Amino acid sequence: MPELSGLFLRSIFVENLALSFFLGMCTFLAVSRRVETAFGVGLAMIAVQTVTVPVNNLIYTWILAPGALAWAGLGEVDLSFLKLIAFIGVIAAMVQVLEMAVEFHVPRLHRALGIFLPLITVNCAILGGTLFMVERSYGFTQSVVYGFGTGVGWALAIVMLAAIRERLKYSDVPDGLKGLGITFIVVGIMSLAFMGFSGIG
Amino acid sequence: MAVRPWKTLTAPLISDNPITLQILGICSALAVTTSLDTALVMSAAVISVLALSGTSVSLIRNYLPRSIRLIVQITIIASLVIIVDLVLKAFVFEMSKRLSVFVGLIITNCIVLARAESFAMRNGVLASILDGIGNGIGYGLILVAVGAVREFFGKGSLLGTQLLMTASQGGGFEPLHLMLLPPSAFFLIGVIIWWIRSKKPDQVERPEYRIQEEPGGDG
Repeated sequence: MPELSGLFLRSIFVENLALSFFLGMCTFLAVSRRVETAFGVGLAMIAVQTVTVPVNNLIYTWILAPGALAWAGLGEVDLSFLKLIAFIGVIAAMVQVLEMAVEFHVPRLHRALGIFLPLITVNCAILGGTLFMVERSYGFTQSVVYGFGTGVGWALAIVMLAAIRERLKYSDVPDGLKGLGITFIVVGIMSLAFMGFSGIG
Repeated sequence: MAVRPWKTLTAPLISDNPITLQILGICSALAVTTSLDTALVMSAAVISVLALSGTSVSLIRNYLPRSIRLIVQITIIASLVIIVDLVLKAFVFEMSKRLSVFVGLIITNCIVLARAESFAMRNGVLASILDGIGNGIGYGLILVAVGAVREFFGKGSLLGTQLLMTASQGGGFEPLHLMLLPPSAFFLIGVIIWWIRSKKPDQVERPEYRIQEEPGGDG
């Protein structure tokens, strides 16, 4: 258990996907104008990440990894070159399924999330989380924790950025830096603050 | 629509740069810029994926039903990225280890899908190739600029060649370790955007909220 909680904290703070690996930046910069919408995307991100990373983990371990097809009598087959295309397919399908499930069971949440669910398919943080999971060969339990943790970390980062940007629009920023420029600088400072967590092992 | 080849190629370099103006492809751009050589390889990979995906999408654009176009585009891009990944693994294995997951992330690099969707779907093959190369180079320029600054100030070297003797080697240069950490990439891109927009004031964003002098206030 201590390793798992360590992994959880590490994936939220130390290895924050947005602030230390620059993943999901397009969405991160584009929908962080208001706290409400940022919160919606954050929730969607947590949900998708918690589901896709473990599912991709299962697919990789049982079908794609070298020798993974041994249970089907095809021990020497190595399908790992297909992993990118398989993962992106899984992500797109998962997002679609999740959207239908949420729409059916919790229509209120679906209305709140709106267009953000489909948008998340092309969010690099999702694919990035999966690829990191493969690269570091996490097991199934670890991948559940890692998926949930990275989702929470990303959501935390975007809500914080949105909160800062809401205040920022009242400040007098030099012309060339207005909008995108100052947002980059702010994200840089936030990232600097998150570096402070790197001591947590 | 009349296509002017030269303009298609050069517009994305500075004035319509994918990173600083279109806000595309920032995702995988920043993590690979800690040194100049990774930035160069990453740019080359993105340029080839962009040019090839532009070609393939514009070749089949007239036969592609609208409803499934996204899936088809993603599949084309994913296949191209797999090829690039395998080529990198075959010829520059060390480099592909250092780029780690970021080559795979070219798939979700919004720049590729955005150019396929907004340009290659509407234009001929030649124009799409030029557009892909132009956007790739525009992306590469920012990457190389950031990579060069970070490597030079962070390690005192360029492309692995030591240019300044660091203090620990007996020279007079104290490496700026901040440059090797993630935040510096954000600061550098922010400054590049500031520089481009001060040269091209038409790119300045309208403020959502204008600060007004309070009547009678002393400021």
